[in-house]
Amino acid sequence: MQTDVIVIGGGHAGVEAASASARAGAKTILITHNKNTIGEMSCNPAIGGLGKGHLVREIDALGGVMGLATDMGGIQFRILNASKGPAVRGPRAQADRKLFRAAVQKIVSEIENLTVLEASAEKLIHKDNKITGVEIAGGEIISCAAVVITAGTFLNGVIHLGQKTWPAGRIDEQPSIGLANSLYSLGLRMGRLKTGTPARLNGETIDYSVCDFQPGDDNPKPFSFITKEIKNPQVPCHITWTSEKTHQIIRDNLHLAAINTGAIKGRGPRYCPSIEDKITRFADKDRHQIFIEPEGLDTNWVYPNGISTSFPEEVQDAFLRSIPGFENVEIFRWAYAIEYDFVDPTELGFDLAVRKYNGLYLAGQINGTTGYEEAGAQGLVAGLNAARFAGGQDNVIFSRANSYIGVMIDDLVTKGVSEPYRMFTSRAEYRLTLRSDNADQRLTPLGIELGILSKERVDAFNNKMAEINAAREFVQNTLTTPAQGVKLGLPVKQDGRKRNITELLALKGVEFETIADIYPQLREYTPETREQLEIDAIYSGYMARQENDIAAFNRDENLLIPKNFDYAKVGGFSIEIRDRLEKIRPATIGQAARIEGITPSAITALLAYVKRRDNKNVA
Amino acid sequence: MRTIIAPASAAVKSGVIVVRASGPNSFELLEKLSGKSTPSPRHAVLRNLFDAKGDLIDNALVIAFNAPNSFTGENVVEFHLHGGMAILKNFLETALETGLCYPANPGEFSRQAFENSRMDLTEAEAIADLIDAETNAQLKQAQKQMRGELGALAREWREEIISALSESEAYIDFPDEDLPDGLSARASSTVKNLIKSLKQHIEDSKSAQRIRDGFSIIILGEPNAGKSSLLNALARRQAAIVSSIAGTTRDVVEISLNIGGNLVFVADTAGLRETSDEIEEQGVKIALERAEHSDLRIGLAPDAASAKEIASHLAAGDILVWSKSDLQSPDYLKIDGIDEIAISTKNNSGIKELEDLILMKINTGLAPVSAPLTRARHVFAVSEAIKALEAALDAPSEALELACEDLRIAARALGEITGEVGVDDILDKIFSSFCIGK
Repeated sequence: MQTDVIVIGGGHAGVEAASASARAGAKTILITHNKNTIGEMSCNPAIGGLGKGHLVREIDALGGVMGLATDMGGIQFRILNASKGPAVRGPRAQADRKLFRAAVQKIVSEIENLTVLEASAEKLIHKDNKITGVEIAGGEIISCAAVVITAGTFLNGVIHLGQKTWPAGRIDEQPSIGLANSLYSLGLRMGRLKTGTPARLNGETIDYSVCDFQPGDDNPKPFSFITKEIKNPQVPCHITWTSEKTHQIIRDNLHLAAINTGAIKGRGPRYCPSIEDKITRFADKDRHQIFIEPEGLDTNWVYPNGISTSFPEEVQDAFLRSIPGFENVEIFRWAYAIEYDFVDPTELGFDLAVRKYNGLYLAGQINGTTGYEEAGAQGLVAGLNAARFAGGQDNVIFSRANSYIGVMIDDLVTKGVSEPYRMFTSRAEYRLTLRSDNADQRLTPLGIELGILSKERVDAFNNKMAEINAAREFVQNTLTTPAQGVKLGLPVKQDGRKRNITELLALKGVEFETIADIYPQLREYTPETREQLEIDAIYSGYMARQENDIAAFNRDENLLIPKNFDYAKVGGFSIEIRDRLEKIRPATIGQAARIEGITPSAITALLAYVKRRDNKNVA
Repeated sequence: MRTIIAPASAAVKSGVIVVRASGPNSFELLEKLSGKSTPSPRHAVLRNLFDAKGDLIDNALVIAFNAPNSFTGENVVEFHLHGGMAILKNFLETALETGLCYPANPGEFSRQAFENSRMDLTEAEAIADLIDAETNAQLKQAQKQMRGELGALAREWREEIISALSESEAYIDFPDEDLPDGLSARASSTVKNLIKSLKQHIEDSKSAQRIRDGFSIIILGEPNAGKSSLLNALARRQAAIVSSIAGTTRDVVEISLNIGGNLVFVADTAGLRETSDEIEEQGVKIALERAEHSDLRIGLAPDAASAKEIASHLAAGDILVWSKSDLQSPDYLKIDGIDEIAISTKNNSGIKELEDLILMKINTGLAPVSAPLTRARHVFAVSEAIKALEAALDAPSEALELACEDLRIAARALGEITGEVGVDDILDKIFSSFCIGK
């Protein structure tokens, strides 16, 4: 068999990689152990959140799967931080696992150029440092120009449940040992991480009358820019809290937690600690909240978010029953911790290609990240670039200045990871510019240029932008003198300066409706356009500075360090600095400056050897 | 592209100091400071440069270079100032206050030149040497500063902003978490306190500038109050006259003394009195203006009537001297904060006591400040931080992300002093302070 691109893995990274690769015109094969688990949500049944929701909208702006699948499978939509400013609002949805998985599988089945193959990928075939194919169980070799590996937690995965441990990729699934060995033989730096998942409970045995009630938004807002409305019925979540008795049980049994027996070597995330971790590290907190999330519309399975653990079954049983509402709970599946191998992402370039081999791309948890959204976003970048590599085209790079995707990839390949990496809005220095509402304005033009978007998406975007652009032109060119402003009852300073509508909207206490009373044509715009005009005004005072910062940032990103640059050639580097530069091999002066411990003088010395970018494919 | 400004020659006391401004606003800067149009490119012309109040900073030689025919390839103006530190400082502060330019970062001029292809990078070796040479000096300079107290203090300030920031960012990135109440109140009190200490530091740093620029004393009094005798007595006893220059008017004579190891300028003024003589009136006006900007004023009066008149020009911390105490005994005014002392230059009484008093005033005024802001660049960074912190306090509560943006701007401004930036510190702080984890 032969193809352009092989994607190994059918999780969120694999699906986006396969979709992007196929949409970029490459003949693509997705290899998975089991077709029916494509699009599985292996941890909590939710998509989005702060930073994560931004990623999903960016994936969607580039024609990806996740946003649409969430809209088709979502059963509770909520905009987080709705009371704060637009830049830090994050869309989030609870999903029905089955509906979400079905949606993903349906979308995947409809993508041209994409074949799904049920098999176990065992070995990477390469000639010197060029990837030429993948050997699957049974010995058959599929030859290809590029491979994207999205192995999730399957690389040498080991599950810990109290004292018990066994090799696994996910609960009840085999790990990928052959593939891990094959990767090890490539000589890449690798490490070990851990993560955990809580028990699954029977919702019918929970007493919700003692829990708080958390409904979704009244008007569910879709993730995808092309979804018109959410059709699923919407359901609430519930909240309960651990009790003093819970804490006592956990403290009494700490020695039994796998995390404390020395069995687990990998590092877990600080932002998603196990319950035993929370109680040890924040001893003064007398209770911790637990979100009870439904796993679907027609199932009694629920996901208690906030109490992942590695305790043995009997301790789990005891502490669960000490939680108000869970006194008589039936446990469907025990919580467990899982350790897995990852590849040090500093082995990768901005295009998520392994630098030492041609045609090898990595995406998702294998790069040390956590989360469906982080995985999906990387999958998109890796798949897109694998396809372009196979087709002999330049790579496509995302930057910190245009997307959360760019922020994440830069963090990964420049700094590496010391715990599973998760996105937060505070990671984005240009947060006011990188909003979830404008993901399409930031990225869809690139998608159009690359030819990876459907006609439906292109038309929808162009129509929307035609109105927004006309509206922006109108508000920017419609001027009011201070005298007119006062006559209209606006709090304008008498400084003789004419103000446009954006400036009027930015005045304290001035609402859109106030201005619309003066210029009624503003009422004719769609709610999306109106929202953009309002956001333009809210952030107008900060935009000039942010644009300047971005220009300076881009200046450094457009200075390329030659690919195989010999750092020994530059005199005056300390050994430490040279080691760091050789390990990360920064692609640009900007990236070099972001490496920890690199001094301004090292950067100045490097400047003598750089080339200006002529590559237009910078998103 | 921003407009940057910095001394192009070493900023030490010398005949001429060259300050270079480069970037799109540099001509506008020259026009603003000189009140005249930009001269034809590459022609040296004399221009008076004025501060924001319209006072003369210096009569300088200026040369404008138009893009791309300049060192950096941008519009460039070179200001050749007289080489006094006070002039340089006043000039840089005035230029930065216009908002037209920023202090240049180390290597930024070369950087602009490189960006505009004014440096030929194919001759890599030669250029690398050049950059290296420049860098080594800058590196040493930077290291010296980094090791110093100012670096430590700037890091401390930045730490405080990061902690306020982490408290606000936690609300943004973890809205569903059970965060402790009152975080924003805590953050805003941190910010308020920080603003106070930053402002105090700018104020205190003036004494550091005095150490470098000299402590200035002015002697005020009616004609024949004995000013010249006092000046002579001080000068004779100190026997360390560094120079004697005629002041900017014929009526102010200034000598520099070494008092207790400190550089001190003492100015003798025209007598203060009502006059119809235009030139003399001008002299009085200048003396009073000068008095206002001096670090210490010594009023000299032979009798109660003139003492009352002179005291009206003194401020707390100043000295009122009753001269000619051999002729009549003083009738002390006992004004709060003003020291009074009686002397006689004739029989040499009270001079030693007056000197001791002056020395005490100098020592108080020159009290060493830990980690002073010695450069205009530092003062600019701290002022930017203060502005941003004040904006953060002003941000509406429903736009927490704007307050955070301002805090980041402040942290970055202070980071400029030491060269540190980064978001990881914020997340570290959040995870170590709050139990996060849904």
